[in-house]
Amino acid sequence: MKKLLPFCIALLFVHFAQAQQTFPVNGAWDVRPGQYAFTNATIVVSADQTITNGTLLIKDRVIEAVGAAIAIPKGYVTVDLKGKFIYPSLIDAYTTYGVPDAARAAFGAGGAATGGFGRTQVPVSTKAGPYGWNEAIKAEMSAKAVFHVDAAKAAELKKIGFGTVQSLIHDGIARGTSMAVTLGDERDNFVILNDQAAAHYSFSKGTAATNYPSSLMGSIALLRQTYYDAQWYKNQKEEYNISLDEFNKTQSLPQVFEVTDPLSVMRAAKIGKEFGKQYIYKTDGTEYQRLNEMKATGSSFIIPLTFPAPYDVEDPIDARNISYEQMKEWELAPTNPATLEKAGIKFALTTYGLDNTGTFWANLQKAIDFGLTEKQALNALTAIPAEMLGVADKVGTLAPGKMANFIITSDNLFKKDNVIYENWVEGRQYVVGKLGISDLRGAYNLTGAGLNNITLNVSGTPGSYTLSALHTGVDSTRTTGTFTRAGDGVSMYFDLKGNPVGTIRLNGYITSLSPVTLKGFATLPDGSSTGWVATYTGPAAAGGGGFGGRGGGAATAAKTNTNVGPVIYPFTAFGNAEIPKAETVLFKNATVWTNEKDGILKNTDVLIENGKIKAVGKNLAAGTAKVIDATGKHISAGIVDEHSHIALSGGVNEGTHSVTAEVRTADVINSEDIDLYRQLAGGVTTSHILHGSANPIGGQLQIIKHRWGMAPEELKFEGADGYIKFALGENVKGSNNPVQFGATYVRFPQTRMGVEQVYVDAFQRAKEYKAARAVKGSNVRRDLQLEALAEILDNKRFITCHSYVQSEINMLIHVADSMGFRINTFTHILEGYKVADKMKAHNIAGSTFSDWWAYKNEVAEAIPYNGKLMHEVGLVTGFNSDDAEMARRLNQEAGKAVTYGNMSEEEALKLVTLNPAKMLHIDNKVGSIKAGKDADIVLWSADPLSIYAVAEKTYVDGVPYWDLSQDAAKQKAMKIEEARLIQKMIDAKGSGSATQRAGAAGGRRRPQYECETTEDEQADFVSGLGTQSSGKQ
Amino acid sequence: MKKIFLSLGGLLLGTILTYGQATISPAKPQSAAIIITGATIHIGNGQVIDKGYIAFDKGKITAVGTGAAPAIAGAQVIDATGKQLYPGFICPITTLGLVEIEEGARGTVDDTETGDMNPNVRSLIAYNTDSKVIPTVRSNGVLLAQPTPEGGTISGQSSVVQLDAWNWEDAAYKSDIGLHLTWPASSRGGRRGGGRGLPVAGATTETPAERAQKALDALDSYFAQAKAYAEVKQPVANLRFAAMAGLFNGTKKLFVNADGTKEILQAIAFAKKYNLQMVLVGGKEAYMVADVLKENNVPVIIKETQALPSKDDDDVYLPYKMPKILQDAGVLYGLTGIGFWRQRNLPFEAGQAVGYGLTKEQALSMITLNNAKILGIDKTTGSLEVGKDANLFISPGDALDMITLDVTTAFIQGRNINMDNLHKQLYKKFSDKYGLKP
Repeated sequence: MKKLLPFCIALLFVHFAQAQQTFPVNGAWDVRPGQYAFTNATIVVSADQTITNGTLLIKDRVIEAVGAAIAIPKGYVTVDLKGKFIYPSLIDAYTTYGVPDAARAAFGAGGAATGGFGRTQVPVSTKAGPYGWNEAIKAEMSAKAVFHVDAAKAAELKKIGFGTVQSLIHDGIARGTSMAVTLGDERDNFVILNDQAAAHYSFSKGTAATNYPSSLMGSIALLRQTYYDAQWYKNQKEEYNISLDEFNKTQSLPQVFEVTDPLSVMRAAKIGKEFGKQYIYKTDGTEYQRLNEMKATGSSFIIPLTFPAPYDVEDPIDARNISYEQMKEWELAPTNPATLEKAGIKFALTTYGLDNTGTFWANLQKAIDFGLTEKQALNALTAIPAEMLGVADKVGTLAPGKMANFIITSDNLFKKDNVIYENWVEGRQYVVGKLGISDLRGAYNLTGAGLNNITLNVSGTPGSYTLSALHTGVDSTRTTGTFTRAGDGVSMYFDLKGNPVGTIRLNGYITSLSPVTLKGFATLPDGSSTGWVATYTGPAAAGGGGFGGRGGGAATAAKTNTNVGPVIYPFTAFGNAEIPKAETVLFKNATVWTNEKDGILKNTDVLIENGKIKAVGKNLAAGTAKVIDATGKHISAGIVDEHSHIALSGGVNEGTHSVTAEVRTADVINSEDIDLYRQLAGGVTTSHILHGSANPIGGQLQIIKHRWGMAPEELKFEGADGYIKFALGENVKGSNNPVQFGATYVRFPQTRMGVEQVYVDAFQRAKEYKAARAVKGSNVRRDLQLEALAEILDNKRFITCHSYVQSEINMLIHVADSMGFRINTFTHILEGYKVADKMKAHNIAGSTFSDWWAYKNEVAEAIPYNGKLMHEVGLVTGFNSDDAEMARRLNQEAGKAVTYGNMSEEEALKLVTLNPAKMLHIDNKVGSIKAGKDADIVLWSADPLSIYAVAEKTYVDGVPYWDLSQDAAKQKAMKIEEARLIQKMIDAKGSGSATQRAGAAGGRRRPQYECETTEDEQADFVSGLGTQSSGKQ
Repeated sequence: MKKIFLSLGGLLLGTILTYGQATISPAKPQSAAIIITGATIHIGNGQVIDKGYIAFDKGKITAVGTGAAPAIAGAQVIDATGKQLYPGFICPITTLGLVEIEEGARGTVDDTETGDMNPNVRSLIAYNTDSKVIPTVRSNGVLLAQPTPEGGTISGQSSVVQLDAWNWEDAAYKSDIGLHLTWPASSRGGRRGGGRGLPVAGATTETPAERAQKALDALDSYFAQAKAYAEVKQPVANLRFAAMAGLFNGTKKLFVNADGTKEILQAIAFAKKYNLQMVLVGGKEAYMVADVLKENNVPVIIKETQALPSKDDDDVYLPYKMPKILQDAGVLYGLTGIGFWRQRNLPFEAGQAVGYGLTKEQALSMITLNNAKILGIDKTTGSLEVGKDANLFISPGDALDMITLDVTTAFIQGRNINMDNLHKQLYKKFSDKYGLKP
């Protein structure tokens, strides 16, 4: 069934006349009754009901009757389907069928659209017409306005059993409306079942020329703001806006959100919660990686059957380029449908994303091998999508009054060698393979002059035969050939590779069906002709040794190995099948760096229990605690990194505008980032995940704990204050970006003079916004950007400001004073030592690098004594990383305060523990070793400030997320699992699976972000491609 | 700060503490014999002498031993009792002196010439002895460096310089020691994994391996022509090929930047074919082929221990463990950091490996004697042995650890160098502003 008669596909155009009332007719009207009776069939009415020996009556477009004992009225064409099956034709819940790629252009992009991703700067839409400001919000698009029947594509889908599809425009963040259409080859007017099936969304801005958003967090902010704008729009009379108007009009439709991975499902679900929307998610099929969270959305899904091909792993060096994650994903992808079914999650299936729709059935059968029930498979292809698209009254099951959309098959639809014979769409027949045709598969003995001792083996499917020939004798030869059938005629050719030399061509007819006998004339390699006869001798030989060929039908298919490894959390290297639990532990006889007034205590015990530090003291009783001898070792509070860019999806900067206070790193936390784990191995337990420094006012920030394996929401530091990133200097001026020749738009500011004005302007607007909201309440358009700034004015949101040189630091202090806000922290602050007195007077903290300098002009006077000087002046001083590598040895960076400036060791360690905790207002929970605080602690092999110190164990909330003593075993277990997966891939290749090269997998590099990373990330988080940039913020 | 200005028996008379970069002058030649006594002497070859002495005159080490130092008439004696004495650190493969401001100040960047094949380009003449960065690196014990060109396939030639000089001629320690080649990468390299979303089938017909093979063929042809060129006197000079002649007569080394296993193996075979003295630079996957490196006597200059693993699946500490792996395999390995200003962390890059298996003396050898051997300067420096240059420094504590490193006194070729730098000056300036004692 997956193989279809490539040469015999007779697409029969049956010209029933339409009562096309509004269209004139050329010649006499050709109105036909279109009355058919399909009898003696096994009729699968729905996944829940099957009628044996049933009859289906159709008239023109609709089903008249379906049942076991139905009298056939006169005037019906009767089709006897004895031994055959009838199913409702399938529904593909997600396609771009009939929507030309040009649809995007049809709805217009701006005049500056040539720029694509970020090269040409387009601050606001240049599209003609009263549209919204951002071209990625295209709610005005409607598939029906650009739809046109695509007979070739329809045929492709009909071949594999589909009769109805959802058709959408795949472009933009708000994508307008889709429709449900049948795959009929008729005038467009007749195939539309629902002209507004659903409203569509994604996080990808698509072809929009507007620079904003360039990041995933920007996409999220834009969509949220659009919801608020649309609410406001309803009650205002100031402007007409097509985009918002249409956005509102489409809100009552089903809302479909296309996302990539499970994390993005969670992100969209959060938006849905905020605006009371229950989205249907179209995903990439990796829900199994975060099943509980998927279930918790309460949503339905549309999932693809895009299972990765096994990788080429024979070359062990190349195989090293395939990650553990990729191998696991390869193995587990086919389990996804079954996993969702078992979890009780409602889903529809789609062909979307398949390189070749011809692989649909093979993949579906694979999913069934992995536990998807046939019942659910059928539902996911019929009743469920029908309901999602609002066409359950028309298609999805076989019932009187519904569309005559059904398929006729040789067998159970899900059996591997089933054949789809016909696919009827709206009462119109589409022939895939001729009904009632004999099956020619089998082994044949060939006779004829010069053709003796040749055995033919015809395998494959009746739709697509494969031929192999075997010359027996002293020097036996096997070869594959071609077998073509047209009606009762057959032709074949094969080359016995020198035995004799050249191609033997046969042409003939079926002369008998019992046993099958074929007869005709052959042309031999020497040009001579001879008669031949091939007589059936038995079933086709199974595969092996090339005889029987690939895909030789069910008989030859290798049994799928359905034993799979466990899902790991997070789904990457070093993920755990079980997330570790909090432990009760007594550390005996350690040197304890309390960061409290007790200072550094020798020969001291620490007891942790229920995720908290229970006691610190001498000779503590163990009770039920596990005892760890920490003699000669050191215990410190977990390291807190004030400035980190790890664990982010889809970009670190939304630098397209000078002010992007509306974006939030909280929206794009990536729990699957290996750096979370690597940093645990360096004693880091808390990180402040910052927006980059591309603009004066960046995004809102998120403090996380390194709870390796937990979902993004669970990483967030409970109850922590909200922060926001500001930035000064070269990055916000864009001074290190290449100058764009002939650019007509350059983002303000380009000087430090301009930077000041950005702040003054932004806070002026925020004040006015605040005042207006106070008076007029919700009548004032809710502005997420100004709201964040107003929170700063209200002392509810706190600033950490990327800064280098003294002039600009001084400037911002003055702006803050004049506008009435406070700066919590200057981060990087390499010239903090020059203005430490001013910072002190304003109670501003300084978070800096230990020793970075000379990487750009504004750090020409950065000195490693900066921390010491700020500390001595009395500032809360810390050292941060801004770098995934440095973050995992921040303890050493703290040690450099001893190298440069001879700070006391006790105070030096606070630079990376207690002091950043103070800056982040979390020092009541973390940052020191004190009874009652969170058990976020590190056991070090030596003085933690020393180059020789190794983090042996790192606990977060009492959970040992990093344990050096377990690491070797963990690596070994990974190696074993990897070896198992590699062997399985080699086996898969051996049994004929197509493979993919290592490194061909879309370049799955994971970006590592620093302040300065400003690539447009849009392409990345859509395709999975990553970018990297090197160099410091 | 007090430790930095700790005066040692009046010896630091030459170090006049005024605050202006221009006054950090190169030291005068050694005028009298010097004996340092009572120190723990780290020879650089793995040996440690407890309570030892070292004597040097006219820039050369004349005696090293334990116990009472021999009397030398007219010698200055430095009592370093309880202190540590080290050979000066050697920083290979660096852009120190070639770059002053990394970004946004192109006028200060002289490390990458345009074009792909630049064997004739020489870093020595671009080495800026007046760089403000050099004294900050020197302050952490780095006394010699190899300013190295970057970019293209053949980036040019490097030299070894000593870090206390009036001009590049003075600085030259060993000129034009080798050429730098970046091996064509056959795979993507870099990190892997982490990307989500589904694989995209390879669409291009030319695989990365095929592209790399083309590049390799071109490289091979280039070397074949360069070798033939060197065999006879040429009527028409080709500066590029002429610059490569030393590779084929063994007077110049070929430093090959390669990280992947395949690339390293290819490079080794290539060096063997042309009988080149190859040094592997970087070698992130050198641990995979350590036995081949050993067998072919190819030394490795590790780039950074303080780095992330290149693959998600790798041991999280792999870069920290690399020196130990090469040590155990018997490979000659040295170490560098990256960039230019960051080379002041060279001692810590070395110390990093100690928590992961290396001994402290082995870690020290990485950045002293091993680097000297790899650069071909071990006859005159790299360890504290009689006859070698007096390139050495004193630190009260362990120089590989940040909490104890404190280079109070340093000598290059017996010259007592000025340990001041821009950062110390600014520290002093602002300590004064706030009324703090540095």
